[in-house]
Amino acid sequence: MVDKIIIENLSLQYSDGVESLRNVSLNIPENAVTVLFGPAGGGKSTLLRCLNRLNDLTEVKASAGRIMIDGENVLDPKIDVIALRRKVGMVFARPVPLPMSIRENLTYGLELAGEKRRSKLDEAVERSLKLAAIWDEVKDRLHEPAIALSGGQQQRVCLARVLALQPEIILLDEPTSGLDPISTGKVEAALVELKKEFTIILVPHSVQQAGRTADYAAFFLQGELIEYNEGKALFTTPKEKRTEDYITGRFG
Amino acid sequence: MKLSINRHLMQRLGFTGITLMAIATVTPIVAVVIYILAQGLPAISAEFLTGFPHDGMRAGGILPAIVGTLYLTIGTAIFSVPLGIAAAIYLSEYASDTPLTRTIRIAIINLAGIPSVVYGLFGLGLFVLFLKFGTSILAASMTLSIMTLPVIISTAEEALRSVPQAFRTVSISLGATRWQTIRRIVLKEALPGILTGVILGLERAAGETAPILFTGAAFFLPRLPGSPFDATMALPYHLFVISTQVPEMPIKIQYGTALVLLVFVLTMNLIATVIRSRARAKRQW
Repeated sequence: MVDKIIIENLSLQYSDGVESLRNVSLNIPENAVTVLFGPAGGGKSTLLRCLNRLNDLTEVKASAGRIMIDGENVLDPKIDVIALRRKVGMVFARPVPLPMSIRENLTYGLELAGEKRRSKLDEAVERSLKLAAIWDEVKDRLHEPAIALSGGQQQRVCLARVLALQPEIILLDEPTSGLDPISTGKVEAALVELKKEFTIILVPHSVQQAGRTADYAAFFLQGELIEYNEGKALFTTPKEKRTEDYITGRFG
Repeated sequence: MKLSINRHLMQRLGFTGITLMAIATVTPIVAVVIYILAQGLPAISAEFLTGFPHDGMRAGGILPAIVGTLYLTIGTAIFSVPLGIAAAIYLSEYASDTPLTRTIRIAIINLAGIPSVVYGLFGLGLFVLFLKFGTSILAASMTLSIMTLPVIISTAEEALRSVPQAFRTVSISLGATRWQTIRRIVLKEALPGILTGVILGLERAAGETAPILFTGAAFFLPRLPGSPFDATMALPYHLFVISTQVPEMPIKIQYGTALVLLVFVLTMNLIATVIRSRARAKRQW
């Protein structure tokens, strides 16, 4: 497996003094689902937000280390952040449809990237909605406001919106935390298809989901990477006592 | 059982009291409108609305005052709307919490509390005399703009802030720049709120006398103003003049003028209300 992302000695401290990541090193392979899990406040979301530099919007006091994606350090202040965010898409915990139609949600990023041709936009809308397993449900109502959809549908539209930009990496931050089990199943099924094309990093909303989806799994505790291994190995034979305690439900 | 009846009674009494107070607050407004309507309506005629005053204002129409107020309102909008919205965008979207921005905020709040006659004197000093605009629509509009700015800035900032933060985060994560996010999402969603603030601010400007007293208002002009450097008649000032400066003034004309001013201001209010309620019905968050 080729490593898509190489994280080296990453540390980060927020302005309120909270240390969020401590010396994390991690290689994330291409075309696989890598799961970052652990109790709240462990630094998983912070790590995701470093990968697409969304942390630029937050008051960060200090950070150190490198994140290499395709040989480029994305923490370098000189890189093209806009291009990075198109390459590294993100789906959030709560579905946030932008206040516009379903179609406009899908084309928003592409239009900002300069794509004006209607045929290209139509093609991207259909392709990404199909990839996110929502095409059949919305194909006749593309011009309706996205907010009119159910929560599960909204979240898949949000996933499709990311896919429309043809990213290489998809970050999912507890994408199913507000969804019912059926919608959750649909999103998870979509991930299995998606990893053939994309590198996926998922912060799951439960240990069970981590177990179901992980090709690789990283256990985070209070900003530290405790254990990282192939999913199967980590969940059946954890090496660290703390990992074992967490996945068997002894804390967290 | 007895206790619960007592409580019930107390609740009824309380509600009745609150309802009466609510009615009491609208009574003066309704009374003013009805009174002005009753007294002023007989004065309204085509000649009154489209003619010039004559016989030392005691007869004729108030066209130059109507046009003047329109010009002053537009002039005020030209200066205060872009500046006010720009300031609001800066404060809501770009400024972080620093001593500088705190000072700006405090200044804006205090600006709103300054008596309007002080704005008038300030306008006289700065625009009329120092910048040599003379007593003119330009100087009066700028004076009214300074007075209107705090209203526009604070309502616009409020409207911008009420747009959910998540929209900004999502937009940025999709490769939008900060400015693209503001232009395509935040401003669009905040626009009805901003417009409401703009109209309320301009409405206040349209009805003010003191700020234009020394900066642009004319007692009487035989023709309509032809350039921004001309002085102008204006409804509130005209009303002040014919109520206090002209002896043996027919009362009808005074109330007619008041009615026109009231309708002007209430129409703007109505537009603001319609914009707000329509936007609320269409809002997707």
